[in-house]
Amino acid sequence: MISYAECSARERLAQVLDAGSFHEWLPPSERLTSPHLAQLGVPSSFDDGVAIGRAKLGGVEVFVAAQEGAFMGGGVGEVHGAKLVGLLRRALRDRPAAVLLLAESGGVRLHEANAGLIAVSEVMRAVLDVRAAGVPVITLIGGANGCFGGMGIVARCTDHIVMSDVGRLAMSGPEVIEASHGVEEFDSRDRALVWRTTGGKHRWLIGDCDVLVEDDVAAFRQAALDAIGASRPVTLDALEQEHALLAARLRMLPTADEAGDDAIALWTRLGIPDAARVPELDVAAVRALRPE
Amino acid sequence: MDWNLLATRLFGAAHGITAEDDFLHGTVHFDGRPITVVGTTNHAPIGVRVALAQARVVLDTIAQHPERPILLLIDTQGQQLRRRDELLGINRAMAHLGASIDLARRRGHRVIGLVYDQALSGGFITSGLIADACYALPEAEIRVMRIPAMARVTKLPEDMLVALSQSNPVFAPGVANYVAMGGVRALWEGDLAAALRDALAHTPRDDRRAVDGAERGGRRLAAAVAQRVLDAA
Repeated sequence: MISYAECSARERLAQVLDAGSFHEWLPPSERLTSPHLAQLGVPSSFDDGVAIGRAKLGGVEVFVAAQEGAFMGGGVGEVHGAKLVGLLRRALRDRPAAVLLLAESGGVRLHEANAGLIAVSEVMRAVLDVRAAGVPVITLIGGANGCFGGMGIVARCTDHIVMSDVGRLAMSGPEVIEASHGVEEFDSRDRALVWRTTGGKHRWLIGDCDVLVEDDVAAFRQAALDAIGASRPVTLDALEQEHALLAARLRMLPTADEAGDDAIALWTRLGIPDAARVPELDVAAVRALRPE
Repeated sequence: MDWNLLATRLFGAAHGITAEDDFLHGTVHFDGRPITVVGTTNHAPIGVRVALAQARVVLDTIAQHPERPILLLIDTQGQQLRRRDELLGINRAMAHLGASIDLARRRGHRVIGLVYDQALSGGFITSGLIADACYALPEAEIRVMRIPAMARVTKLPEDMLVALSQSNPVFAPGVANYVAMGGVRALWEGDLAAALRDALAHTPRDDRRAVDGAERGGRRLAAAVAQRVLDAA
């Protein structure tokens, strides 16, 4: 078993896609770097932290992007974002069987934050264009940096999300919330609390991801293979269902009233038996708990 | 600008927009035709509840009023920074709001964003930045992070950041920077009603922001890099 979390972006591409099939566009040999980082005297990367290209998955053509968490936490800058937008526009033109997004990102890269913020919104619009054309966009989340900020929104704009239990999907990082509202609001060093709030098991139990897998590249590959046909058109009916689900969830946790743990309270109200035991259960056991 | 003053200047004193706490909504009549108005005020933090309230208005407009234009009035301090919102999936609620606005655009509703006070980060990305185009008042503030905070987080000298921000719009706060980068299509100055009329008539439906950013010199790479991906062997 090879840990997905411990792999680099390129190692993940090698393991998840058909062997040797990844053909990279704008590879590091083209030395496409961020001029903004250079101007600030910050080290840059020849791929600006994301590898994009086409590949085969189970013999069919897919387009793929993999963010490198080791470079600036996978933060989205101008070039990084434009590579994602270009890939999605190309998918709109060429219609591969699917687009895979191996997301690992803290969100917008602060060194070029304005450009990154606009870029993330361009990615969102491009994702929704690709979905509207019937090409499924599949997000894989299992890197050590999680999928946060604008990329956490982008992930939820895609058709299908695969997560491992070590993966995290959210908006603001726990450190940011703690800095804003204090350690009583969110103790960022309480790892169990962080994972109960943002981790793969939680996202699976409440239905924010479609598949929960082990931290194993082979499991991610299989889940991606299974998802190739998973196009989910954005229709008014689909958005009404989404709205009803989110509104019902909000009613289940009306205020931060619990002195105890509100993650466990939410799981219990969703009908999950023995919710307090979830953190100690393995992936297979948690997978079996989600109500239909 | 105060939202009520703005609404009065755009639509007259009997504009029909109401505020429920930080949430603004209503149907206005402009040049004899109805427009849905939805937004926030008081620098509202956008949490799950406010995101859903806005999405509700957008979905109702799609369902009940085909092709009725939608005006988003933006004043936000960014996403709600609370653990409970994260637990509830604030990113999913925001994606839902963004997808709802996006569907409205696809179904022929003209969607215009207007930053009339303040726009930050996560509160902006699924409102003005996913409209057909976003506009701003000149006195508005748009940012991700102020320079002193950025200096702390990035551990870069504040003096250097201040100096570089004079010539490079990609990190420093400021509505002009967002215009230069194409994120804001134009500023509304003087006759606001005339500006809205022009926006309703001439806002493009495709995403021109990277091209605008290149032409205006504020974001020189985005459009070219995306094109290189399209052309790559």
